[in-house]
Amino acid sequence: MTQTQTQPVPPSPSGPERLLEVRDLHVEFRTREGVAKAVNGVSLDVAEGETLAVLGESGSGKSVTAQAVMGILDTPPGRVTGGRILFEGRDLLALREEERRSVRGARMAMIFQDALSALNPVLSVGYQLGEMFRVHRGSSRKEARERAVELMERVRIPAARTRVDDYPHQFSGGMRQRIMIAMALALEPRLIIADEPTTALDVTVQAQVMELLADLQREFRMGLILITHDLGVVADVADEIVVMYAGRVVESAPVRELYRAPAHPYTKGLLDSIPRLDQKGQQLDAVKGLPPSLLRIPPGCGFHPRCPVARPLCHADEPPLYEVGRGRASACHFWEELLDAE
Amino acid sequence: MQSDSLDGTARPQDGEGLGVLPEKEPPAPHAPREAILEVRDLVRHFPLTQGVVVKRQVGAVKAVDGVSFDLRRGETLGLVGESGCGKSTVAKLVTSLETPTAGSILYKGEDVTRLSGRALKAVRRNIQMVFQDPYTSLNPRMTVGDIVGEPFDIHPEAAPRGERRRRVQELLDVVGLNPEYVNRYPHQFSGGQRQRIGIARGLALRPEVIVADEPVSALDVSVQAQVVNLMERLQDEFGLSYVFIAHDLSVVRHISDRVGVMYLGKIVEIGTEREIYEHPTHPYTQALLSAVPVPDPSAGERRTRIVLEGDVPSPANPPSGCRFRTRCWRAADRCAQEEPVLQVPAVLRHAEGPAHHPSACHYAEEKERIVPG
Repeated sequence: MTQTQTQPVPPSPSGPERLLEVRDLHVEFRTREGVAKAVNGVSLDVAEGETLAVLGESGSGKSVTAQAVMGILDTPPGRVTGGRILFEGRDLLALREEERRSVRGARMAMIFQDALSALNPVLSVGYQLGEMFRVHRGSSRKEARERAVELMERVRIPAARTRVDDYPHQFSGGMRQRIMIAMALALEPRLIIADEPTTALDVTVQAQVMELLADLQREFRMGLILITHDLGVVADVADEIVVMYAGRVVESAPVRELYRAPAHPYTKGLLDSIPRLDQKGQQLDAVKGLPPSLLRIPPGCGFHPRCPVARPLCHADEPPLYEVGRGRASACHFWEELLDAE
Repeated sequence: MQSDSLDGTARPQDGEGLGVLPEKEPPAPHAPREAILEVRDLVRHFPLTQGVVVKRQVGAVKAVDGVSFDLRRGETLGLVGESGCGKSTVAKLVTSLETPTAGSILYKGEDVTRLSGRALKAVRRNIQMVFQDPYTSLNPRMTVGDIVGEPFDIHPEAAPRGERRRRVQELLDVVGLNPEYVNRYPHQFSGGQRQRIGIARGLALRPEVIVADEPVSALDVSVQAQVVNLMERLQDEFGLSYVFIAHDLSVVRHISDRVGVMYLGKIVEIGTEREIYEHPTHPYTQALLSAVPVPDPSAGERRTRIVLEGDVPSPANPPSGCRFRTRCWRAADRCAQEEPVLQVPAVLRHAEGPAHHPSACHYAEEKERIVPG
């Protein structure tokens, strides 16, 4: 958060508060046309109380990464083909399904983009919120309902007690998203994964929901993974950013440094291609071309066909994630030139 | 970097090979521009009925409730607002896809709402639309050639039969698609390419006005800029006037010359791009602008954040007086009784400069640091 500059610097990845550690994750989808390589060696870390933004366009693998961490990948056709997901010291990929289920919801929870389709339309919101307590905590119906009201109050739904028996369609989009947040918070998880939580909302409501999410995160000191395509939303709330392209992390950095001086041409292209509210710009510097098909990711650097600084090396050699500064990494052979040019 | 082309190959920037599309004189940049569209007191109510056998009207959704604006030749008028504010209904009314409940739409001085038959058809030819969702606005069973050429079936006078295929290919070329793709189907294209197809279809009849309803909202960030650049290029090339409807205030600022802000079926503030974005005087505009996330982590310290309470009220039962008063932090008794008129507010009437523009608020005033400077 930009308002809270006095916040302590997020701990280094080796610190004791590390919550989630994803290492070299690979996910594939077997389709009729071939194998779609959705995630190709993604590594990321989230510490307690930290907000990590995963930024990317559609098809970049950001949502699939989240689903793999959460353990809700559609299998088949999806399959985790490599890597480790360490959460609170345990490798989630090595757990049996029952053990995994006890983690999901209780220790880590997810907020989906489209609250209307994520909620069951034929059950009241109170029932769906209470279900968390009945299933995971063995609460009685009455107790569960009481906790549901508390949760609704916590996410600032007015007149929660009278609305607890209402159905999802009786709430506005912003209210439904609050209920999703309430459901994710129910069992006080340590990690929340929010997949485009405000994309479907109007801008004034988006501001309310993001503020709520940030407040609750501070209160509970949860780790938050914010998956989004919106560079604006990220700038306001994230501590760290990883930028994904064609299933790979192409850049990771503390939020301020990424915006000040991007170290990957894709990040730079994204920043240059968005119109700014605070600037009446001239022509937008669009990134040329289209993101690649995951069935045919270009050899070498996946971004080279669209890259303005690509050279022959980029066609042949896949760049590793170079360390380009303190806590910063870029998967571009020519990151030095980019940073020097700033 | 000029990079409109999708296949990465360079293509001519100016209308090479556009000879078939009759050239129109683009307006001189500084000549006073006349209004090509004058919308006055436009109203569209959708009746709410009850009863299955005997239907009776129990109310109305006041989707558009008294909207007036001018569109000048060669300019882009942006309309912004949140969902349910009526901006898409305005688009449908202006393109004669909906019939207004009241009000008039003058196209070159002629009231479109009173036309029918051949006369209406002639006007429609000149006012075309580009839709939001490139996935549902193109018929999946038609080839791209048929989609882009369909306007010629409806208006056969626009192109002789034998020339249509060539025209379609030219149109594809103009919007940056490979002209050889005429026989492909929409599913073979990406979202950005489909939106280009939709734009090519909108251009086919050489309209003077294009109403674009959220034309880039469904597109990825990097592709969005390509389509915005394309629309700007086409405007210069063909002297088009745009009504550009979007909820993304940053995109609207980028493309618009003038901007109208809508709330619950009404325009609450209208002015030039600079007047609205740098000197907003209506509390709703201020709140809206202050809520837009800016891709700059240090911007937060340089701007005032106004987070509105609650949601937009139902347009079936809008609040009395000023419709924004239920969410407004400046609302007073007067706001519930007296509906503010969209005019230059009395307090700012003698103000020189950009605060001097129509704003429908009794207590209009400038507010500092809404948009980070």
